[in-house]
Amino acid sequence: MEKKQTPLSYLSFSAFAWVVGLLIFFPIFWMVLTSFKTELEAVSIPPSFISFDWTLENYAEVQERSNYFKFAMNSVILAVGSTLVGLVFAVTCAWAMAFNPTKRTKDALLWMLSTKMMPPVGVLVPIYLVFRDWGLLDTRFGLIMVLFLMNLPIMVWMLYTYFKEIPTDILEAARMDGATLPKEIIFVLLPMALPGIASTMLLNVILAWNEAFWTLNLTTSDAAPLTAFIASYSSPEGLFWAKLSAASTLAVAPILVIGWFSQKQLVRGLTFGAVK
Amino acid sequence: MGAIRLEKVKKTFGTLDVIPGVDLEINDGEFVVFVGPSGCGKSTLLRLIAGLEDVTDGKIKINGVDVANEAPAKRGLSMVFQSYALYPHMTVFNNIAFGLKMAGESKDVINDKVNNAAKILNLTDYLDRRPGALSGGQRQRVAIGRAIVRNPAAFLFDEPLSNLDAALRVNMRLEITGLHQELKTTMIYVTHDQVEAMTMADKIVVLQAGRVEQVGKPMDLYSKPANKFVAGFIGSPKMNFLGGTQAAKYDCHEIGVRPEHLVVSTEQGEIPATVKIAEHLGAETYLHVNSDEFGPMTVRATGEMPLSGNDKIFLTPEQDRIHRFDANGLALGHPLNA
Ligand SMILES: Nc1ncnc2c1ncn2[C@@H]1O[C@H](COP(=O)(O)OP(=O)(O)OP(=O)(O)O)[C@@H](O)[C@H]1O
Ligand SMILES: [Mg+2]
Repeated sequence: MEKKQTPLSYLSFSAFAWVVGLLIFFPIFWMVLTSFKTELEAVSIPPSFISFDWTLENYAEVQERSNYFKFAMNSVILAVGSTLVGLVFAVTCAWAMAFNPTKRTKDALLWMLSTKMMPPVGVLVPIYLVFRDWGLLDTRFGLIMVLFLMNLPIMVWMLYTYFKEIPTDILEAARMDGATLPKEIIFVLLPMALPGIASTMLLNVILAWNEAFWTLNLTTSDAAPLTAFIASYSSPEGLFWAKLSAASTLAVAPILVIGWFSQKQLVRGLTFGAVK
Repeated sequence: MGAIRLEKVKKTFGTLDVIPGVDLEINDGEFVVFVGPSGCGKSTLLRLIAGLEDVTDGKIKINGVDVANEAPAKRGLSMVFQSYALYPHMTVFNNIAFGLKMAGESKDVINDKVNNAAKILNLTDYLDRRPGALSGGQRQRVAIGRAIVRNPAAFLFDEPLSNLDAALRVNMRLEITGLHQELKTTMIYVTHDQVEAMTMADKIVVLQAGRVEQVGKPMDLYSKPANKFVAGFIGSPKMNFLGGTQAAKYDCHEIGVRPEHLVVSTEQGEIPATVKIAEHLGAETYLHVNSDEFGPMTVRATGEMPLSGNDKIFLTPEQDRIHRFDANGLALGHPLNA
């Protein structure tokens, strides 16, 4: 049922969407702009928009002072690693919940989600102590574990919603065809849920990439990802806005590009079930 | 080879007693049809045999071996689902080949078997397509193809034709019957459709509330129903049940007389009635009538009968075709032998 939209309401909705979009985009735009200014221009009042001397010196200096690629590599390893480990657990969890539900399944799902409502700092001390005693501080392995556990509830929820849409008949047909449980999941369930799995992985990579609380608190150098790279420009030697902006731009660039090219997939994934 | 025997098979879902205890013998090569009203447990019974549901109690023997606790794959049965349940991401070829691949067959064997099945089912031109690009009938054939390549001990069908339109249903019905004659494999077939049940079955199992009401050849169920339920369920339109003077005449609680066993006359007969609706199909005429004593009745007369609403007629049950029932609905002996 297509509702006829009056031009006026259509226009005002578009305008509103644009305003919100621009508001969200502005800080990122300003950050990128600032990264091409000199430190002096970066803090000048009134701020200059286009009419300043464009320079790349911040980028050169940032790369010289700290090894961007080492941090970037850590970010990739943490984001991809935690996503892959998470996927193994989330697929099996979601399979059980979607296809063999019990009376308690809904409760379990809600309980998993409720763990996301707790502020992470509440468990900082115990987790820090565990990390210290087990020698996990500043290790990629330790960080992958934390990030994967942080995002597991969201992965399970998303996959559960996707799996619910898959007709049980088809899995039963595979069972009749002699597929063992792992084969049933790998050859039948996963290919059918591929769009959902792709969105889930994508979202998880983004969440893990941007995660700052645990990465900052549990790493120092060896396992430090780009969040730590940005943080290293923020305080000690006073404020260097231009360099901080350059570092931040470098840090968000990869994920921004991935997000841009996969936005269709991402939107579809996040609205799955709500919009069809 | 596939003889199947159910011994005291029980199934409960939580507190719901769906199958209170079924004993059933299915011989090798037999075409058995399960019929019964919606929700009576036909699908559940089929799924228990398939192994898709666990039995609560009892034994399921295939060729003498109890498989009640075996995984579906171990039972060597194939199932065709009402929804087809094809793998949407695989081509027709891979859909049919999936079971063979799971069984670890070699590439050559798989190619041979799939191509052979495709030839039998007229699917050769569609092997590279995905199920989404097939018509309903073609999809159903792929589902059947997937079932036959595995050379099962028995085929299980759960209302396989109910998603097809009427004309296609007739075709597929004949195809499945043909397949049975060719393969001579045991088939268990669940359906709602009277015509499917009567025409395809060697043996019909009538179920009600998870209980077997009667097992027998289609014509035996038609001519010698064991009780009122089976009498009313088998045959379309439904049997008329008459009490009062008609029952008294045959010395029982109630008699049953099928719509096709009532003689219609405009001049004289035992039961005066008024035509409400007359349906003229050419080859036969259905009359929905009302009698003062017995209420609404249905009559099926061969050929064209020039009657219409409000016409007064007289009906007479054919004496040797009536069924007698006692107060519990159980069939009594035939009137001529009684
Ligand atoms: N998984 C389940 N959990 C609880 N109850 C169930 C389950 N599956 C079936 N039932 C119940 O068991 C009864 C029999 O169901 P079943 O599907 O076997 O009926 P059916 O004879 O196949 O009906 P239909 O002709 O409508 O397909 C129904 O009352 C149904 O609600
Ligand atoms: Mg059913």
